Amino acid sequence: MEHRYDVVIVGSGLAGLRAAIELGHATRVAVLSKVFATRSHSGAAQGGIGAALGNEEEDSWEWHMFDTVKGSDYLGDQDAIEIMAQDAPRTLIELEHMGVPFNRTPEGKIAQRAFGGHTRGFGQAPVKRACYAADRTGRVILDTLWEKALQMGIRFFNEFQLIDLIVDEGRCCGVVAYELATGAIHVFHAKAVLLATGGAGKIYKTTSNALASTGDGMAIAYRRGAPLEDMEFVQFHPTGLYKLGILISEAARGEGGVLRNRNGERFMERYAPTIKDLAPRDMISRCILEEVRAGRGIDGKDYVHLDLTHLGEDVIGKKLVEIIGFARTYAGVDASREPIPVQPTCHYMMGGIAADADGHVIMDDKRTLFPGLYAAGECACVSVHGANRLGCNSLLDILVFGRRSGKEIRRFVHAAALPAAVPGLEQKYAALIQGMLAKEGDISYGQIQAEMREVMMDKVSVFRTEQGLQAALATVRALKEKYRRIHIRDKGRLFNRELLDVLELGYMLDLAEAITLGALFRRESRGAHSREDYPRRDDGRFLAHTLVRLDPDGVPQVFTKPVTISRFPPKERKY
Amino acid sequence: MDCTFIIARFDPDRNPQRYRQRFTVSAEPTDKILDCLIRIRAESDPSLAFRASCVHGICGSDAMLINGRVELACQKLVRDFKTGNNFVIEPLPLFTVLKDLIVDLEPFFEKFRQIRPYLITDGEPPELERLQDPEKQKAIDPALRCILCASCTASCPISRVNEDYLGPAALLRAFRYIFDSRDEAADSRLVQLDSEDGVWGCKTMWWCTDVCPKGIPVTKCLGRIKRALKESRADK
Repeated sequence: MEHRYDVVIVGSGLAGLRAAIELGHATRVAVLSKVFATRSHSGAAQGGIGAALGNEEEDSWEWHMFDTVKGSDYLGDQDAIEIMAQDAPRTLIELEHMGVPFNRTPEGKIAQRAFGGHTRGFGQAPVKRACYAADRTGRVILDTLWEKALQMGIRFFNEFQLIDLIVDEGRCCGVVAYELATGAIHVFHAKAVLLATGGAGKIYKTTSNALASTGDGMAIAYRRGAPLEDMEFVQFHPTGLYKLGILISEAARGEGGVLRNRNGERFMERYAPTIKDLAPRDMISRCILEEVRAGRGIDGKDYVHLDLTHLGEDVIGKKLVEIIGFARTYAGVDASREPIPVQPTCHYMMGGIAADADGHVIMDDKRTLFPGLYAAGECACVSVHGANRLGCNSLLDILVFGRRSGKEIRRFVHAAALPAAVPGLEQKYAALIQGMLAKEGDISYGQIQAEMREVMMDKVSVFRTEQGLQAALATVRALKEKYRRIHIRDKGRLFNRELLDVLELGYMLDLAEAITLGALFRRESRGAHSREDYPRRDDGRFLAHTLVRLDPDGVPQVFTKPVTISRFPPKERKY
Repeated sequence: MDCTFIIARFDPDRNPQRYRQRFTVSAEPTDKILDCLIRIRAESDPSLAFRASCVHGICGSDAMLINGRVELACQKLVRDFKTGNNFVIEPLPLFTVLKDLIVDLEPFFEKFRQIRPYLITDGEPPELERLQDPEKQKAIDPALRCILCASCTASCPISRVNEDYLGPAALLRAFRYIFDSRDEAADSRLVQLDSEDGVWGCKTMWWCTDVCPKGIPVTKCLGRIKRALKESRADK
């Protein structure tokens, strides 16, 4: 089936929805999503959204900017971070006006709490900056924006899998999608496409991410020639539920929870004397694994305890309801009486499609645009998070840059004509899918998927070495070869999940290779990228963004572009 | 240990008949039912269709009947059931089955559209946030846990006999806006619900409350709407 819209947005999480709301009244916009909108992974965000509202104590957006720059280990682009920190209070007021049910201070203002790496006075002490709705902040914002989109009559295509971008003479002029319910190919011709497809945590064995977080948009843009930026920076959240990876929000520590090793010691006091358990995520994840290596994991195993037992009924019962439920349901732990077993879990991609603060996809270090193609949210690298994202900056990122992308696209489509429809695409892609289903292979996707997740977890997670990374690269490349021999057993048309699993696996293998190439290239330790063979940050050689782009022969090439530094020159990062 | 799953199958594209299929899968007591379904799909039958995404009870994708009761497959563990490691898995009742455990939720979301699920206010908002008494914010707190999984509506005996009944999930969302102190359309919202297709359709049978995977006191929230309607009549 063929469709014509001004704008196609792929992804119905907060970045996509916020852009759609910006565009909805003025343009014809379609939102495609592989899951129903309210199932999007933005809804899993728990703890809060950062903004220097100063509702609980003195705060300033300059402090927020500084914390974000320092948290990024000075790799974030400071012009973009300045935009985000400055726009944060307006963003929160806008959300409140739309109806987001935030918790309130006694005076009735939006309530705020402490979060990792957020400080007052440029690093002096923790500050209450995370605006929250209990520990379901992402969920209620997602509901509110979805409801706003319903009110506006935004057109959704739910359970549509992105298959490809339509690129004609270097310009993006639509997308091809596969309808899960029917197996039909849909071709969407459009003046502009916004990718808001989220993260790719499912590349790793242990992750807090949803099944849908498979990096589709990143990989498809990459295959179509867009560079991926800073992919080696993968965030491991320190407090995933042991063995399961389910997120236990940083809000637990923001409200006073502490981490303890097998001796009961509050070990973060040793590593980060100023802000202790509220140190940034990269650091705490490393500290947990250091404790484990030193034999101080619980029972000598690879996890530690998150202790909330001293917080009291009021905090646990009102502000941390969901995570208390997760601990009870999945670990059988009553967190008001006993500590929660936790270990680092793959949580967030700092890297993504190289994009600017208006959502344009950027091809190189000369700011060359990919006409018609935009990216926002976790799939994009603007870059505001640099080498490590601070908690409660991701909801902010996706709303600020989702809106800005929407504004910029609106400006663009009003001036641009609808490109001539490329003919024959429906037949071409239907044949491609048929070909995949008909192919006689000898390997199932599950085997390749498991091997990829295992090797990425083992060798390309918190700690990395040259040897390990080389081995991982060899494995991933061997898996890419095996992928050609994949056999799809399910030949059905309706909800063919196996076909989707295979497509997603192909996307993830490309991204796994890009992550590993970036990690090999960067012979230093910065933020979430910790090279045991290069333990220091090396600003002389690596104060630069890594870009991985496919050359005309489809071979990945690594190059760099400079970091934008405005207010805060790089300093040693201590907490 | 081995667990037996009897799963309701249906693929109208291949076979107009519904049937049940038995699978044996190895599972730990702490595995989620969803883990077992994923394993069955990977090891035994890749065509088994079900929805799932976040895998920890927040996205609301995987409500289904497990041993005759509506549950989220990602929120129930093997050890939670005392049925000798035997499980019967069926799609959500009430809705049209599209394939296996996947149902058409479009009618469910259509009911949401009817209750105007968004803040309605007159005039321009203030420059900063609207102030809201924390106690008033708390009044709607239970309803904010709703993840639109459709468990309540699928279980509601009234929804089964009156297809025009809004059903507990949409009414709960109406509650969330009626009692949000920032909303200015409570009166017209109440009028809209003042019928058998609205809140009076609820006969206080508690099934919605009983099955809610987030522990929301749905029936009580609907009761608050009924009381508000009675109070507004008494005022007139």
